[in-house]
Amino acid sequence: MAAEGEAQTVSEYIVHHLTNLTYGKLPEGFERDDGSIVAEGGLWTTAHGGIEASAMGFSAIHVDSMIWSIGLGIVFCWLFRSVAKKAEAGVPSGMVNAAEMVVEFVDNTVKDTFHGQNKLVAPLALTIFVWVFLMNLMDLIPVDLIPHALMLLGVADYHKIVPSTDPNITMGMAVGVFFLMLYYSIKVKGFGFVKELTLNPFNHWVFIPVNLFMEVVGLLAKPFSLGLRLFGNMYAGEMIFILIAALFGAGVAWILPAGLLQVGWAIFHILVITLQAFIFMVLTIVYLSMAHEDH
Amino acid sequence: MNLNLTLIGQMLAFIGFVVFCMKYVWPPILAAMAERETKIADGLAAADRASHDLELAQEKAVERLKEAKEEAAGIIDSANKRAGQLVDEAKEAAVTEADRVKAAAQAEIEQEANRAKEHLRGQVAALSLAGAEKVLGAAIDENAHKELVDKLASEL
Repeated sequence: MAAEGEAQTVSEYIVHHLTNLTYGKLPEGFERDDGSIVAEGGLWTTAHGGIEASAMGFSAIHVDSMIWSIGLGIVFCWLFRSVAKKAEAGVPSGMVNAAEMVVEFVDNTVKDTFHGQNKLVAPLALTIFVWVFLMNLMDLIPVDLIPHALMLLGVADYHKIVPSTDPNITMGMAVGVFFLMLYYSIKVKGFGFVKELTLNPFNHWVFIPVNLFMEVVGLLAKPFSLGLRLFGNMYAGEMIFILIAALFGAGVAWILPAGLLQVGWAIFHILVITLQAFIFMVLTIVYLSMAHEDH
Repeated sequence: MNLNLTLIGQMLAFIGFVVFCMKYVWPPILAAMAERETKIADGLAAADRASHDLELAQEKAVERLKEAKEEAAGIIDSANKRAGQLVDEAKEAAVTEADRVKAAAQAEIEQEANRAKEHLRGQVAALSLAGAEKVLGAAIDENAHKELVDKLASEL
């Protein structure tokens, strides 16, 4: 940070840290930051800065988010698969013990909340809990460490290592959960799902449009609240880490207080990342449980 | 902060990881945990059973001990009784024997006395005869007076 501090203003530094490494298609006729004009048919390229990234619209992908998210997902799978291979009825030890503790915790939570018969819910909850936790955990790595190292290596100019501060990631999971909700609602309730949407809360045909509006809003609010809650919490946490990091550049006198703040916020954040992973898991279970319950 | 293809990518990755977890992670771990649970439950039940058995065995042992004591007491009792009986029997036998010996002795004494009497009688007869002979100065026909003398002797 200190080296950059002279070249960048604080707001530039913050914006830089909040920009994803984006690969996408620039539209035809777009003027790039080096003055060149994108030729006919558009151009698939890595975005230089936030303006180019937004110009790409939907046909772009956050390479850093995807790499870290899938990488951490693979870490989860590898970790728990190795435990699953080692697990046996004997005395468990080390890693097996820890993983079984998590599994048991998730299993109990699912059993407490979800009363239907569904083989998907518990593994789904476990995946969400551990995966989201690992993604959130990236928040505790000092904000400049990996992006700056990659920049020095010349690999990438922009890099965000916390996938859950990317709304695409959290909404991607939330939408996945939403599709599951719809699927199980229709599978379990059949026509009852339509009735639930149209004849609640006012059970009269006159009120069908009102009911439909209210129920659909209620239904759509679930994935949004699910995804945006996680995104908002992690984004805010990340932002504070970035601000504290920016404080280090404010002068030698700020190093000690900034260091204390950093440690304090990191310790508090351990609670936040676990809690957010837990909340995402519990809400998923609750929503799926609601999808299974007939009124 | 733009919504883009990352959303779809994350959704696909999400589905992939959930399916992997559902197929290869959750069932083996849960199966192992359930198996361990039954194993531990079995172990605890076995321990319970063993302690119960121990209790039973102790009870049985105490009972056997009591029985043995009772038996021993019975044996001692009967032995005592038998000993008393033997002593009684022996006493009785001794008394009988003593009676018998006494009777025999008495009988012998009587016999001896009789014999002595007989002898004395014979002597008396002879003496009286001799006396009479001397008194009378004449021989007495032993045969003629024998009957008389014998009668006299038997009256003694």
